[in-house]
Amino acid sequence: MGVKPLSAFDLSLAAGLVVALALCSWRLRLGLEKRMAISALRTTVQLLLIGQVLRVLFAHASFPFVFAISMVMLMVAGREVGARQHRRIKGVSGWLLGTGSMFVSSFAVAFFALAVVIANDPWYTPQYAIPLLGMLLGNTMNGIALSMDRLTESLWQQRQTVEQRLLLGQTSLEAIHELRQQAMRSGMIPIINSMAAAGLVSLPGMMTGQILGGSSPMDAVKYQILIMFLICAGTGFGVVTAITLTSRKLFDDRQRLRLDVLQKG
Amino acid sequence: MDRLIVDNLRFRDRGPYSFAIAGGECLGLQGESGAGKTLLLRAIVDLDPHQGSLRLDDLECDRMPAPQWRKKVSMLPAESCWWLDVVAEHFHDFHTVSQEHLALLGFGPEVGGWQVSRLSTGEKQRLAILRMLENRPSALLLDEPTASLDQANSNGVEQLLGEYSRGNNAPLLWVSHDPQQLDRVADRCLFMQADGSLKPCGGE
Repeated sequence: MGVKPLSAFDLSLAAGLVVALALCSWRLRLGLEKRMAISALRTTVQLLLIGQVLRVLFAHASFPFVFAISMVMLMVAGREVGARQHRRIKGVSGWLLGTGSMFVSSFAVAFFALAVVIANDPWYTPQYAIPLLGMLLGNTMNGIALSMDRLTESLWQQRQTVEQRLLLGQTSLEAIHELRQQAMRSGMIPIINSMAAAGLVSLPGMMTGQILGGSSPMDAVKYQILIMFLICAGTGFGVVTAITLTSRKLFDDRQRLRLDVLQKG
Repeated sequence: MDRLIVDNLRFRDRGPYSFAIAGGECLGLQGESGAGKTLLLRAIVDLDPHQGSLRLDDLECDRMPAPQWRKKVSMLPAESCWWLDVVAEHFHDFHTVSQEHLALLGFGPEVGGWQVSRLSTGEKQRLAILRMLENRPSALLLDEPTASLDQANSNGVEQLLGEYSRGNNAPLLWVSHDPQQLDRVADRCLFMQADGSLKPCGGE
């Protein structure tokens, strides 16, 4: 039982809805119609391209190919983490912090799931590896970007208080203890919330896709539960790593607050 | 005993600064706003990067962890910060704060239970002095400690800090805009010029 294929005409019907919304935006002077058009176009082009890439990839399931694609995904996610920071750490080390944390958590969790839990032969079977890694990276990226932004921003605003605590002889870790906790929490809470709401409020996208593709609902549900656990662990460990590394970077070897390592934008 | 020695201290484009404050001595520091008095204090507590040597007798700043140095050589910033809800939570143990010290600054023992959000600037400043002294620092760097206080409270602060300095043989570096205050508290006085260099007060 396969999925019923969509024709270009089917898609253009759905695109008609977006065009209608764009007209509405124009009438209401929301000024969103241009951005809407560009985004709709991007979604079409990017997904068609990735479809082609995946088609080739699935036909030639070689490890170097899978690895190369996952590296590209990681680089793009790393760039995105940096772009989402209001104040980010200058230079290569800032990029390395976010990307490295994502690499450590997402790749370790994905490898564990593929090799131990799902245990395909070979373990890197791209039909499993690429979507799994994609979902992991996407969520880890959100969590890490959110928590790093929270840490640097709160440190920037409360630098006087942090320095006051240093003046009283607290170590750098003591002086930003609460700020670190808040940053880690803000990175993890979205995934915890979506675990709690899964199935009741939202039908997760992957499960929906599998059911549309003809899997039995129970099979789809089990995969979704697996994914939820993986995303939770991946995001959580990624956030802890990123915040630990970032807070080290914000102080020097004499435990001085060094906000000059941050740059705006 | 317990001399604070600043030797060839440089930071940013400033310095070198070399001076020493003997135990129990108070060195006054005057100068225009923006001359860099606070920066000098921050460098001495090792809160800003610097070159040169800082010593407390033969204890070298670079040889000990920075938090330990900052407990020994304490700086009172011009504006104090409080990050928890209640005053006493900012102390290691508020009960050990001496009643005389509290009374000298115009407080009773109940001040420990006060909400930080309801403190006035002057109250925060006086409590910050008690909070700093709880670490039993060996040397004190004071950045305009009485700027937000009225005359009566200023007198209390001057008396408390003077007694602490003499009783513990602690060197004091006292920044003030008030020459009369420095006449009262300081044994000698330096003036920081706009370019950051130091000269003795009163001299041309």
